Amino acid sequence: MSKEDKFNEAAQQIRRLSVAMFALFIALAAILIYVMADPNLSALQPTTEADLVVRNDTLLDSPDYEKIENGVHVLTGFVEGEGLMTVVNNCTNCHSAKLVTQNRMTADGWRATIDWMQETQNLWDLGANEEIIVAYLAKFYAPEAQGRRQNLTNIEWYELKD
Amino acid sequence: MDRRKFTGSLSLGAMASILGVPIVFGKSMPEGYVPLGLQDTDPFQRFNKDKGMVVLNDKPWNMEAQAHLLDDKITPNKFMFIRNNGNIPENIDAATWTLTIDGEAANQEKTYTLQDLKTKFEQHTYQLTLECGGNGRSEFNPPAKGNQWTVGAVGCAQWTGVRLRDILQDVGIKSNAVYIGYHAADTHLSGDPNKEPISRGVPMQKALQDETLVAFQMNGKDIPLAHGFPLRLVCGGWPASASGKWVNRISVRNKVHDGPKMTGSSYRIPCETVAPGEKVADEAMCIIESMPVKSLITYPKTGATIKTNQDLKIRGHAWAGELQVSTMEYSIDFGSTWKTCSLEQPTNRLAWQHFGATVAFPKKGYYEVWARATDSTGTSQPMVLPGWNPKGYLNNACHRIAVKVS
Repeated sequence: MSKEDKFNEAAQQIRRLSVAMFALFIALAAILIYVMADPNLSALQPTTEADLVVRNDTLLDSPDYEKIENGVHVLTGFVEGEGLMTVVNNCTNCHSAKLVTQNRMTADGWRATIDWMQETQNLWDLGANEEIIVAYLAKFYAPEAQGRRQNLTNIEWYELKD
Repeated sequence: MDRRKFTGSLSLGAMASILGVPIVFGKSMPEGYVPLGLQDTDPFQRFNKDKGMVVLNDKPWNMEAQAHLLDDKITPNKFMFIRNNGNIPENIDAATWTLTIDGEAANQEKTYTLQDLKTKFEQHTYQLTLECGGNGRSEFNPPAKGNQWTVGAVGCAQWTGVRLRDILQDVGIKSNAVYIGYHAADTHLSGDPNKEPISRGVPMQKALQDETLVAFQMNGKDIPLAHGFPLRLVCGGWPASASGKWVNRISVRNKVHDGPKMTGSSYRIPCETVAPGEKVADEAMCIIESMPVKSLITYPKTGATIKTNQDLKIRGHAWAGELQVSTMEYSIDFGSTWKTCSLEQPTNRLAWQHFGATVAFPKKGYYEVWARATDSTGTSQPMVLPGWNPKGYLNNACHRIAVKVS
């Protein structure tokens, strides 16, 4: 092998090595960037339907995340009861809890509302949580018969001067 | 854009420039922390609303007045209800705002700057009644889904703008035009940039009315942010959802507009009346057009106690969608007898009308003063809930206040 061939081979080796180093560097950089964007590596976590809980990170940040006072979840106003945190985690991401607590529906009504949100409003598949949520809502936010016109209530009486 | 993401991407310097002061010890601020000064302020302050307004929903923002807050003849911003379907757009620049007219039935696609609209077309000011289609929903039985409005999702402000008709004439519309549909800058709650929260409209006949405005002022000032700054549609007398806010595009359609909240059961009632609670197929639901006749006692506030010899002066407003109110009455005996109120003519078509009466009570006791308006076709407000409908629209049952004579 001539001196020149040897030199060429050495040059080839250095080139291959540097390409490999470069590829490795790019891959490392990509992984690092991904970890910065998604520190929990959530894309790699297995998601079984029953465990799928989408946390409301605005609430999650709060020290009062699970705080209950007088039977009411402080941050959302939801009534304390079985399924509460599943409802908090799934039903307050896009809209306010107020949109839920001001409504009254039967289990069928709540289920139809969930279907509508999934069909038109990008609500995710709730998996096994759906029945937990429906059971909670149908129990604590059930309709009451109101008749065709109710009495006036909560009147604050005051003296009206001329 | 999400506030958290927005502020999360801001440098210390940028945050400081928004706050107007440097952030001392900013370097020791935890990453991702949003300074209190940049967090959502209290909605009453943020939207310049009276403390008596009631927040029904804070994501999206929905806020209503109470009857006694609507006493002004021209509703000021502080008492004007807010009804949003999506997130209020951020970082609006009126200087670069444009309105594009397009659609199958437009002769061309044409874009106007705000300045073009203000200078090219004649400006008009009308006082126009805007009422949410779901105002009064809270009373329906079985209950209907959605924001549980009581009586306060109505207002009658003064709107200044140019006629949609003048713009459409400038663009040119084809003979097959059926409907206009608006598109706007508000964003969908899910964060999906490809989804519009709401895109409704009106038939050509309504679009071409004198009073149908593309407005840039409310009560003589730039429209407040929550009410559609810098540009909105105002189609008085129709469900307020037809009056799109933050409008940047209006499509002239060759069919009934099919944007979000135009189809399915949204802003629709059963074409044939149904029993309370009955299931109604989407195909059997018809679009709401004119709002029904209605009235509100705005003075005194419910709960007044007066002396036996004291007369009670009542007043309020009445409106009837596309129509005018012809008679206004009140009853203090649950509708057994009715007495006539004085009733003013509207300032202009589609503005609410003011009524008043002096009420005498025969003896001590608990009373309710009920108010009933009748429109120009002879149709009156019902004393009980009107026809039940799945989405709880168009509750125009008589308003009443409680009075005690002692």
